[in-house]
Amino acid sequence: MATVTQQPPPPRAPSPSPPPAPVPRVKPARRRGRRTPYLLLLPGLLWLVVFFVLPVAYQASTSVQTGSLEEGYEVTWHFATYGDALSAYWPQFVRSVLYAASATVLCLVLGYPLAYLIAFRAGRWRNLIMILVIAPFFAGFLIRTLAWKTILADGGYVVGALDALHVLDVTSWLGWTAGDRVLATPLAVVCGLTYTFLPFMILPLYTSLERIDPRLHEAANDLYAGPATTFRRVTLPLSMPGVVSGTLLTFIPATGDYINADLLGSTDTRMIGNVIQTQFLRVLDYPTAAALSFLLMAAILCAVTVHIRTSGTEDLV
Amino acid sequence: MTTGPTDPRPPPKGTTRMEQYEPDRPSPTRAAAVRRGLRDGRAAPSRRSLLRAGAGGALAFGGLGALSACGIPPAGHTQGGVPAEDHSEKEKRVAFSNWTEYMDVDDSGRGHPTLDAFTGRTGIEVTYTEDINDNTEFFGKIKPQLAAGQDTGRDLVVLTDWLAARLIRLGWVQKLDPSHLPHAYANLSPQFRSPDWDPGRAYSYPWQGIAAVIAYNRKALDGVEVRTLSDLLDNPELKGRVGLLTEMRDTMGLVLLDMEKDPERFTADDYDAGIARLQKAVDKGQVRRFTGNDYTSDLSRGDFAACVAWAGDIVQLKADNPDIGFLIPDSGYMMSSDNLLIPNKARHKTNAERLIDYYFEPRPAAELAAHINFVCPVDGVRDELARIDEDAADDPLILPDKDMQAKSRAFRSLSAEEETACEAKFAKLTGA
Repeated sequence: MATVTQQPPPPRAPSPSPPPAPVPRVKPARRRGRRTPYLLLLPGLLWLVVFFVLPVAYQASTSVQTGSLEEGYEVTWHFATYGDALSAYWPQFVRSVLYAASATVLCLVLGYPLAYLIAFRAGRWRNLIMILVIAPFFAGFLIRTLAWKTILADGGYVVGALDALHVLDVTSWLGWTAGDRVLATPLAVVCGLTYTFLPFMILPLYTSLERIDPRLHEAANDLYAGPATTFRRVTLPLSMPGVVSGTLLTFIPATGDYINADLLGSTDTRMIGNVIQTQFLRVLDYPTAAALSFLLMAAILCAVTVHIRTSGTEDLV
Repeated sequence: MTTGPTDPRPPPKGTTRMEQYEPDRPSPTRAAAVRRGLRDGRAAPSRRSLLRAGAGGALAFGGLGALSACGIPPAGHTQGGVPAEDHSEKEKRVAFSNWTEYMDVDDSGRGHPTLDAFTGRTGIEVTYTEDINDNTEFFGKIKPQLAAGQDTGRDLVVLTDWLAARLIRLGWVQKLDPSHLPHAYANLSPQFRSPDWDPGRAYSYPWQGIAAVIAYNRKALDGVEVRTLSDLLDNPELKGRVGLLTEMRDTMGLVLLDMEKDPERFTADDYDAGIARLQKAVDKGQVRRFTGNDYTSDLSRGDFAACVAWAGDIVQLKADNPDIGFLIPDSGYMMSSDNLLIPNKARHKTNAERLIDYYFEPRPAAELAAHINFVCPVDGVRDELARIDEDAADDPLILPDKDMQAKSRAFRSLSAEEETACEAKFAKLTGA
């Protein structure tokens, strides 16, 4: 905000000490006021401590324990678990990031025009389209993913049409699908992720696009900017906060998702979320599962930091 | 902001050149307000400082001392289970946790006739909850309470044999009192009498038997002949259209049988050979997915041409879709069971035992078998079942005949280390 600091300082607000003489009752009132924001924060902080800090600390401890269910687990600072977990499951890590990134890009490509349409062109249809965007949330997540299995079934119309148009030849040459099926392939998992998280992309995009004053477009027009230049120099930069928060809201949960890979995928599309689930529940290797969770957290934090730094919108976080 | 004047001055000249345009620049009024807020210290703490404080707090909280105090106490010091005071006499109740769709229902879909009859006869109110969906998940749910020696709030649970074996091994279930179980003792089918994980049925009684067989969709097979598990794993015409179960013992048991190994007496080498055999099929892309209960929709839709399946499901699927069929490989099939267990500290042990015994009387057992179509573990129900449903009484998947019983095999019980190793190898095979 360079322009703000250039302004001459405004008249000083009265500072707490020494107080201006003629207002004696200000001081106690202000002291109470100082505590209020913290008191208001207390419920939220307590919530965070109980449901975020404590579980994270507990899992951190689990990740460096050794033992078995029979003999109990003890903290032995066995950090090798992290190395072992990473060397055993790095393909699933890479795959998760790859799938989540692809889904995020797809969401952006699909979501941006739609958000643009709702913000600038929808007119009286705006609310209806917004409801349609949110509507999938009214049905269960699992039900919607299972519905995709019916839609993409081997003998179904979608696969039949794609096959007839030779689209599947191309995708299977690229390794996205296998033979003449779509289900149980990487393509199905990425499409499932895209579908699941699309609203999380559209909503922040819409909010930031909607805030743009249409007169700016007129002004750009007046300054001889064509539609493409207007978009590139005015609309896109102004919508960057929406793009960044949309990509974060899509990428982060998509990386850890396991339902899509479980229901729409196969053995070679398992993501890191599946590994963590299996290690926790089936193999009962709690330390490895906890270590994997932390590695996932670290990976996401790194990716997000890089993303925010490069897109230059630190103010968001 | 109650103090200080507002700042209505116009923006200074010369700062609004086009290149410097910033959309988020606050109005002078707002900027002044922000500065005032920052200076007199009354503004709420900024998000950044809060985040920093939060992170610091988290680090302090999860500090080294706290971390090392976490550990999980060993289980298994309570062989024989921990009884609670038995409130059966005073409280005529029993809390029964079961899997979904594992009980007879009346036409309204809400009542359970056999349970109602039990209450009518004994006056014991049954709190029936269908809160078990998955063995592993349910174990995760009750583990903290049982490990801490607390009441789970359940008097009777139904768990698959390997998990039942684990709970017995950990000492988390109570020994049954044979004097409360006369029918159960007399009518238990020989096939289920003495599993190696609970010799003589000291802790458990079977609820239903589950046969793992091979199922197929005739339409999806399209003339391909299937006789053994090898056909599923090797036939290139079935590539990507074969389903296997995530239940390690059922899938690996059938693989071992197919390799002419005995699942009741296999060695670690046999198991590894089985894993290698399966890995080859997975690498070829033969196996489409490893599934839980959700294989039924893949099979009836035809996405699976053939798969490993549970017999009880097949009886029901066949009724809905005539293309569905099943086959018993010559090498045999895997038989497991879901078992009734009384967790430690359950408050109504005697009531729970009476409920177990009740389901080993021929009549309720037949009603149950007619409704849920799994393998009935009770002897002498044929006449009762024929009275309700002639076809069910003749179905070898519900009442196995001599031939079927001879082909049935169980997976041997595993020690804790073996179990972890086997599950880890199998998990690796399924992709995670």
